[in-house]
This record gives sequence, C-alpha cells and structure tokens, in this order.
Amino acid sequence: MSQDDDSIDAKRREFLTGATVTMGAIGVAAACVPFIASMLPSADAIAAGGPIHVKVSDMKPGDQLTVIWRGKPVWIIARGVDALETLHTDTNLLRDPDSTTDQQPTYAQNIFRSRKPQHLILVGVCTHLGCTPTYRPDPHSVSSDWPGGFFCSCHGSKFDLSGRVFKGVPAPINLEVPPYVYLSDDEILIGVDKV
Amino acid sequence: MSKISLWINTRFPLKEMWNDHAAKYPTPKNLNFWYFFGVFSLVVLVNQIATGIWLAMVYTPTSADAFSSVEHIMRDVPFGWLLRYMHAVGASAFFIVIYLHMYRGIMYGSFKAPRELLWLIGMFLYVILLVESASGYVLPWGQMSFWAIKVLITVFSVIPFVGKQIVIWLQGDYNVSGVTLHRFFAFHVIAIPLLILFLVWMHIIALHRVGSNNPTGMDVEKIPFHPYYTVKDLSGVIVFLFLFFLIVFYAPTLGGYFLENANFAPANLLVTPLHIAPPWYLAPYYSILRAIPNKLMGVSLATGAIVLLFILPWLDRSPLKSIHERSVWIKVALTLFVISFVGLGFCGTENLTDTNILFSRIFTVIYYLFFLTMPFYTKKM
Repeated sequence: MSQDDDSIDAKRREFLTGATVTMGAIGVAAACVPFIASMLPSADAIAAGGPIHVKVSDMKPGDQLTVIWRGKPVWIIARGVDALETLHTDTNLLRDPDSTTDQQPTYAQNIFRSRKPQHLILVGVCTHLGCTPTYRPDPHSVSSDWPGGFFCSCHGSKFDLSGRVFKGVPAPINLEVPPYVYLSDDEILIGVDKV
Repeated sequence: MSKISLWINTRFPLKEMWNDHAAKYPTPKNLNFWYFFGVFSLVVLVNQIATGIWLAMVYTPTSADAFSSVEHIMRDVPFGWLLRYMHAVGASAFFIVIYLHMYRGIMYGSFKAPRELLWLIGMFLYVILLVESASGYVLPWGQMSFWAIKVLITVFSVIPFVGKQIVIWLQGDYNVSGVTLHRFFAFHVIAIPLLILFLVWMHIIALHRVGSNNPTGMDVEKIPFHPYYTVKDLSGVIVFLFLFFLIVFYAPTLGGYFLENANFAPANLLVTPLHIAPPWYLAPYYSILRAIPNKLMGVSLATGAIVLLFILPWLDRSPLKSIHERSVWIKVALTLFVISFVGLGFCGTENLTDTNILFSRIFTVIYYLFFLTMPFYTKKM
C-alpha cells in the first residue's frame, strides 16, 4: 500500500476499533474481579465458620439446646418416644415428608432427619425469609391439629418435630440439617460430615 | 461587580446556567399545592446529607459498638439527639413527600409523553432511595435492624441456582454479621448517595428539557421560575419545615412508625422479635409478600408491584393527561388504587392474622388490577 495515499482504510480502522474495544472490555471485566471477590467471606470469617463441639450428655427428652455455628442458631432437640411417634402420624400435613429436597446430608434423609432418632440437629433459620422459629413441642399449642414442632411467628410458617415443612405455609422447604458427626454418644461435632 | 461576573462567565457558564434553570426557565402559571413535593424532597435530601455527615463523625459501624455509639450520639454528643432525630424523621419525611410527588404524577398524567423518561429516572430514584433507607435502617444495629435486613437479604435466595451464593456474597459472612453492617455503612454513606445525586441531576435536566406538566395537563401560559416559583416554593418550604420540626421535637418516633420500639434493644441473632415489620414505606410490598403462601410467588409479586410503576407510561392509553379531563373510570380506579396501597401499608405493619391476610390479598388483587386492566379502561371508546 502506498504511503502517499490519503484515503482511509475503513476496514482496518474498524478492526482496530473493535480490537481496542474488546481488549478494553476484557480489562474492565478483569478489574471488576477484585471488587466483587472482596465482598466474599474473608479468611477469618471462613475460619470462624469451622466445626464446633457440643456436649449432649445432660439433655432430657423435650430439651432444646441452642448453639451458634456460622453466626446462625443451631438447635439440638432431644426427642422422646412421644415426639418420635408424631413423626409417623403427621405426614399428611407435610409438603415433603420424605425429605426429597436437598436440605440435609444423606445420613439424615430419613423420617427422623437425623443420625440417631433421639437427637435432632437443625439450623434454626426459617426457609422462608430467615427468621428464627420458636420451639413448640406441646401438641395443640399452635393450632388444633398441631403435633408439636417449630412455629415461625414472622410469617406463620410451621415445621414438625423433624423440621419438615407443613403444607399451606410460606416457607417452601424443610429446615436445614447441618453436617454433623457423633464423636461419642455424648458429644457431637457440628459442621463436618466425618472426623 | 460586573467585572468579576464577566471574568467568571468567560471561564464558566454561570449566568447561562442560572438563566436556563432558574431565572428564565418557563414554568406553567397554574402550578398548585401538589407541585411543592419536588422541592420538598430536595430540602429533605440536603437535610439527610448534612445530618448524615455529622452522624458519621460519631457513629461506629462495627457489630460490637454500633448500638452503643448510637446511644452515645443520643446522650453524650452535643445536639446529637437533634441530628439523629432530624436524620431518622427525615428518612420517613423523604418517603412521604416522594409518595405524594409520585401520586401527583399519576393524578395529572405527568408520566405521559414526552415525560416518560423523566418518570423512569424518577422511578429509579425511588428504588435507589428504598435501598438507601434499608441500608440506613441496619446501622443502629437494633433488633429490627438485624432482622429486617436478614429478611431483605434472604429475599435474594429465591434466585434459582445461585441464590444461596448471592446471599453469602451480600452478607460477606455465613449470616448477617458485623461484616454486613460495615459494608452497608459504606453503601449508605458513599455509594448510594453519589448515585442519588447523579440521578437527581438527571431528573432535573430531563424535567427542564420537557418542561413541567400542570394540573390541566394541557398547554398553558408560562412564567419565569424566578422570582414567581422561588418565592412560592420558599413559603411552602417554611410550612414544611414547621411541620417537620414539630415531629422532630415532639414525636420523633411517631408512635413506633418512624423509629420502631423493638429497635431500642440490641441485635440478637438468636431471637427474632415476635412481631417483625419493615419500615412503613416498605410495608405495602411486605404485605404482598406475606399474603402469598408461596415464597417465589410472594417475592415475584412484591417486586412486580414496583415494576408495574415503571411501565405505567405504556399501560395508560388515554391521550388525556389530567384526571380533571378524564372519564369517571380513571377516577374510580385511582381511588381504589390509593385505598389498596394505604391498606397494604397498614396490613404490613400489623400482626399477621387471618383477617390481615384476607385484606392483604384483597388489596393485592386491587393493586394489580389497577395496572393490569389499565390498557382497557383507559382505551378511547
């Protein structure tokens, strides 16, 4: 191409503009990464979210123990024979009695939603909008057909004594069962599946 | 004097700006009471920025000290109580004047051509203002601060697949925590105010391009903004400030509506207050959310209620603007809409009962019908 030609090579300009804009866009996208990633949990927040030890030796049937794991309340409920009995009879009130939704580790995907029937371990955060439901173990204490369970006063969601959600309430799915493991009969490690 | 003015104006278009936007800006001569609310919102904005800067000098945005630093402001800082009450009452006042400002726009058809973009910028301002107030609501770190923001952030968990990750990203932790508080402070005092100022500037520039509508919705004689409307607005502002400070001095909590009783207890992540309600200006949408017994539908309909306001200019098909010129249908519809909006707001601040849910559902239906049937009842016969 002769250099004394004044005409504009439009194709060449278009290519150069396109290439510059593309490189610029990639640069902007790359520059966004630290800003977005900076808002994720920091190293110390992740460390503080590590597993915790809980002693359950002093718990009697009906007792509730609340501990904090990852800034959320985690309940340990000691269930007696009566409480376990309701889990078999209340299934027609429930939306997901067989826990098909992925809200528990596989070892808790059973009617008791726990490793051992006598201890229920749940994240005490309503699956609707994050309130903390109250433990209402006594039958008929919330409504006439109430088998005992957890009631969220924020928006009226109900869960049974396995944390399974009722039909016709705003919460869509069962309460979450966190990963946990028994270190002995009296001690539970919450936050990991195995030691 | 003119030498100085000449020196400036050859370097900066000061006189031109003053003439374009004030001295010579042509304004309809028949603007009534309803046209005060735009300037009132500017006054409140200035109040929020001034008191906000002074509050930020003494407030501590950490979970350990936030609550006590607000008590410190109230008890120890000279006039701290006044600055805080002006800021808190200002937040509610902002929404009162904005809601009346929006109602004026709907009543006189100010959202219609050629003012659609003006309306859209205004709607963005409204949404950004909701975010600004929600982030400010977190800062005192009381029980309502904690649980209201917990509920608001959890709303994002309905997003399919990435909802849970987005919630953790927004919180910066596995739960709402001091990390969340600290970043909401940054949003509240830097990011969102800058955005608000930018949008306010856009809103005014867009208004001055198309000119003000007026109560007749038709072309009327124009008069210069200054001195006619500067003087009119100033007298309105004096009355507004009189009412504003009446509340600041004598009823700063307004019976729990402006500052909620539950928020006088520090945040406790283990105990949700039995009665949890959002600030009153969010209550209409919260009612819709509560009325629907399905999480995804509830969140969608509550968000949809705001989205419908955005597309209002394209729902209303009548060529006439002002309510005074239009058929009885729009008058009936607008009355029902106002009743449903206020009704939803009332239900949203009250306890959840069967009656409450029933009325919330009725009002939700009316609210939606107002918008969804609008293309039909505004159609020219």
